[in-house]
Amino acid sequence: MSEYTENDIHGISSGIVEKQFHTTAHPPDEILLECGARLGPITIAYETFGTLNAHKSNAVLILHALSGDSHVAGYYTEKDEKPGWWDSMVGPGKGIDTDKYFVICSNIIGSCMGSTGPNTPNPKTARPYGLEFPVVTIGDMVRAQKFLVDALGIQKLLAVVGGSVGGMQVLEWCVRYPEMVTAAIPLATTTKHSALAIAFNEIARQAIMTDPNWNGGDYYSGSRPETGLAVARMIGHVTYLSDQSMRLKFGRRLQNKNDFSFNFDPEFQVESYLRHQGQRFVERFDANAFLYITKAADYFDLAEQHGNGSMVEAFSKTKARFLIVSFTSDWLYPTYQSREMVKAIKKTGQDVSFCEIEAKWGHDAFLIPNPRLSSILGGFLHRVFNETTP
Amino acid sequence: MSSMKPPHDSLRFDLHLIASWIQAGSRVLDLGCGEGNLLEHLVRHKKVIGSGIERNENRVAACIQKGLTVLQGDINEEVQDYPDNSFDYVILSQTLQQVYAPDTLIRSMLRIGNKGIVSFPNFSHWRVRLQLLTTGHAPVTRQLPYQWYDTPNIRVITLKDFRRFANEVGYRILKEVAIETQAPNRQGTIIRVLPDIRATYGIFLIGS
Repeated sequence: MSEYTENDIHGISSGIVEKQFHTTAHPPDEILLECGARLGPITIAYETFGTLNAHKSNAVLILHALSGDSHVAGYYTEKDEKPGWWDSMVGPGKGIDTDKYFVICSNIIGSCMGSTGPNTPNPKTARPYGLEFPVVTIGDMVRAQKFLVDALGIQKLLAVVGGSVGGMQVLEWCVRYPEMVTAAIPLATTTKHSALAIAFNEIARQAIMTDPNWNGGDYYSGSRPETGLAVARMIGHVTYLSDQSMRLKFGRRLQNKNDFSFNFDPEFQVESYLRHQGQRFVERFDANAFLYITKAADYFDLAEQHGNGSMVEAFSKTKARFLIVSFTSDWLYPTYQSREMVKAIKKTGQDVSFCEIEAKWGHDAFLIPNPRLSSILGGFLHRVFNETTP
Repeated sequence: MSSMKPPHDSLRFDLHLIASWIQAGSRVLDLGCGEGNLLEHLVRHKKVIGSGIERNENRVAACIQKGLTVLQGDINEEVQDYPDNSFDYVILSQTLQQVYAPDTLIRSMLRIGNKGIVSFPNFSHWRVRLQLLTTGHAPVTRQLPYQWYDTPNIRVITLKDFRRFANEVGYRILKEVAIETQAPNRQGTIIRVLPDIRATYGIFLIGS
């Protein structure tokens, strides 16, 4: 997802940030996961931006999507070519204004960007977990995040914000810890995966698991399933775009040539683009982590897990003010899925705003610099802060 | 650099009247809330708990940016999800003439709200009558500035029609005011003599 991030054209940034680590759930106090397994100790990689005020009332927790990490904005070193993945939204004077809010972003458990996941050592064997890592859920990820928020001494978050799989975590936070969430901003997300979304995830997982190098998930001492992971990313990436954006970006243009070569080398621009995205992804992401996170997203079902099948019942547990945003060309989590959330929240009598933003960039539109998105997030957060801060 | 912002009292005349009917601290839903001028006024000056519904993305974004609670959607559909008596007032300002099923919408308004406030341009104004009589063309006025073929206003309503519609739909008119407005400067006057002929707009407070 960081393929969209660009250096701020006005040079406004959060500056140099440092990845930090919080370790908790030490044996014998491991966390009991939804699957019944115990996991511990758990390390959570996180970054913070801005300053926590004296009342501790200005904390905003950002939840990242499938392939994201804690590096939501700013730079690790002055030599970094690109800032964090949502630098257009998070920073001084930006939509999520780090001059006003204390922003926290942590890496989800099951990922591979510093938090405990299948690529981190299993304390019992001192080797990477691989498939010995238990299957974690969105609920487990959120419970791990709560350890961090507690450790930071924050009793109530001003807002939880996230897109896509990050939006699922937003919803989970609202129903699991209603007393801790003042406002919620789920973007381009859903309360449950459609069969279509599960299908694409399964194709991507199959690409990884049929790569001979995958070796049942035990590949950390040898060759990695790079081909499988690259194909998985190519599939995923298509679902994050749209017919319109691909037509505009690539059309049927050929890469560095004018005529067909009548073989199976990459010829169309879209082919070389996808291969390039696949290659870059392999350099930074772990194949097993991809399996675990896509599975967690497929399992997520807010109504089933928190409302006995009823979305209204699930949302009636929350006490948050909501701002829900969808994008017109998002065919992975189409607008109708956001509208279902809106409908359910209205039925509970809670405060909900909703905007469907016209965007041609598909599901990934929430990651792309967008003044409209920034301004509505800014206005909403400002209002919530004023309403709740004495 | 500071820009000159109009004071909040520059609320349009008809919206001012609507605002004056609303009790402080009440729960208000504004159907077709536009850029949220009325809602913002009510939230600031009357401390209402306000929400709006608006179809147009630009206007919805403007509202949310101002800190208002607004949903993007079609008013006819969106009213259906609210539980009974969710609001003290449901406002339909200058939109009735664009509604396909006004009876259904008004019934929904009075299901989800205790009272409704409905305003619309008066089609029996003397200029409308005169235009049709003298020119034979469908009237085009400042209040209804469209040609017949490009108008969003699919209904022509007079003050008398709305009073008669009350029996049909089963609402009670609790209060009504007829006004004449001059659109550009947001000023207006209340018309007490011959309102059916002289008023450009009617505003009605209704209940079930």
